[in-house]
Amino acid sequence: MATTNTASAPADEPMISVEGLNKWYGDFHVLRDIDLTVAKGERIVICGPSGSGKSTLIRCLNHLEEHQQGRIVVDGVTMTQDVKRIEQIRRNVGMVFQHFNLFPHLSVLDNCCISQTWVQKKPRAEAEKTAMEFLERVRIADQAHKYPGQLSGGQQQRVAIARALCMRPEVMLFDEPTSALDPEMIKEVLDVMVELARDGMTMLCVTHEMGFAKTVADRVIFMDQGQIIEQAPPETFFNHPQSDRTQMFLSQILGH
Amino acid sequence: MAEMATRIEMIEARRPPDLRRGVLGWLRANLFDGPRNSVITLCVLAVLGWGLWPLVQWALIDADWLGSTREACSGEGACWVFISARFETIVYGFYPEAARWRVDTVFMMLGLLIAWLAIPRLPAKRWVGLFALVGFPVVAYVLLLGGHFGLMAVPTREWGGLMLTLTVAVVGIVGSLPLGVVLALGRRSRMPLVRGVCVVFIEFWRGVPLITVLFMASVMLPLFVPNEVEFDKLLRALIGIMFFWSAYMAEVVRGGLQAIPKGQEEAAKALGMGYWRRMGLIVLPQALKLVIPGIVNTFIALFKDTSLVLIIGLFDLLAIIRSGLTDSNWLGFATEGYVFAALMFWVFCFSMSRYSQYIERRLHTGHRN
Repeated sequence: MATTNTASAPADEPMISVEGLNKWYGDFHVLRDIDLTVAKGERIVICGPSGSGKSTLIRCLNHLEEHQQGRIVVDGVTMTQDVKRIEQIRRNVGMVFQHFNLFPHLSVLDNCCISQTWVQKKPRAEAEKTAMEFLERVRIADQAHKYPGQLSGGQQQRVAIARALCMRPEVMLFDEPTSALDPEMIKEVLDVMVELARDGMTMLCVTHEMGFAKTVADRVIFMDQGQIIEQAPPETFFNHPQSDRTQMFLSQILGH
Repeated sequence: MAEMATRIEMIEARRPPDLRRGVLGWLRANLFDGPRNSVITLCVLAVLGWGLWPLVQWALIDADWLGSTREACSGEGACWVFISARFETIVYGFYPEAARWRVDTVFMMLGLLIAWLAIPRLPAKRWVGLFALVGFPVVAYVLLLGGHFGLMAVPTREWGGLMLTLTVAVVGIVGSLPLGVVLALGRRSRMPLVRGVCVVFIEFWRGVPLITVLFMASVMLPLFVPNEVEFDKLLRALIGIMFFWSAYMAEVVRGGLQAIPKGQEEAAKALGMGYWRRMGLIVLPQALKLVIPGIVNTFIALFKDTSLVLIIGLFDLLAIIRSGLTDSNWLGFATEGYVFAALMFWVFCFSMSRYSQYIERRLHTGHRN
């Protein structure tokens, strides 16, 4: 089912376009003149030192953070202060968080159904069918009746991915999805993300998993101090980084 | 050198030995754990028995249970005849005898509804809950007050005793919780006007003693409204009590709201939910579960403070028992009266407490993330 509530952007138009985005926390300038265009089906990895504004950037794309200057257009809808419009954008944009943020009072199945039944107004049976389909895809269907608190971190994050996918989003945002996981669980989450990327989902991932970037990214973006310093396809980015700061960052995270 | 050993099969999980389980196991582990602890247990039991025995003897063994007049009291122990002779008054107050079946009906409906909602196995919770919140108050209002459908009108000044206590408590509890939730949400609102109104409301009602609220409701309010407007005294007290406790409830609920991680609301936002869905489906169910102890604490305080309505001339359970003490036929039975009043209040409050603990266990869904 494609999005029925919005006119989907034509194929040649970008899925996301950001122009002159600026954001401040009080006096602190977190995002500085960000310009970014993401084509439909493009997979982008955003990396950079902590505090560089990478999470803030993707959180602006579904208005979890408010920006003060600039223009954001997601799937043909321009972001404004209007609540209805923000909710319209959010329905097209799935998000996966560092700390999973599953709803602990609901079973895994209900986590996946609640927004389908209440926001998309689907009948319960249909919502459950969709939910089981995606839980199957992230290989956790057998845990559907458990509560999040009974699952491991990796399992919870896979449920979170399924929950976002149940809304049939056009874009998926990943905000450091593996940073809170024990090392042995990172792979199961990354595997699901790689599959999703291969299926043609438009993805923006903030992550330190450079292996993932090399495998699936069409473009790697390096941010520092609120600016996009460098963006390039992974081969160029990892083998011939242009700026000093990128080189230093890469040597720090790949050096050991 | 020993050969390297590899275990191929997992050891099956076994039940713990019987001695560690059941009543005997508990007694053994907690009270008779070694000779020293056994001696301490026996000593404590002896002290308890020695201290409590006179009470048991007074209240149960030497007590007088049967009869209907003062002559039945032997004077050796408690004389519960004092209570049984006045039992009708204690329950119904001055409610006309001919109409008491109406109070019984409301009591029974209330009991049934509470039981239905409290026992998880019974079906159709949604409809029963809806009836309890919408249909039942109307039925109870019509039945208790009368004046319609050929029912004799019983003005609220004739209400009293347990039925009045329960009316005040149930209206207070059912009214203050939703109002408190709305106030708590309002106090966290980003809209300055909404927030301002809620803060002023909460701080005003929380800063005034309940006695003052009741006095104002019964004495001051009539001074400000024209004489033609008839405003029932009990109704005024009920509104005062509801507002007063909703302010406390709001702060309890706000504590719960603050304990819910921001990520929960963000996840709900990211799924496209609007404000009321985020609150109603995600944040409040978790926040309210978290503050069940605080909510029930407030309920219990509310229940006990219903006896304050006596200062504005309403005769609740305690006031009606007190009024019996001045009955010239029954002078000198204050102890029995107060003990009985305390027992009644305790039974209701303790039931609420136990039920809340049960609900907490039932709603527990494993560790929070």
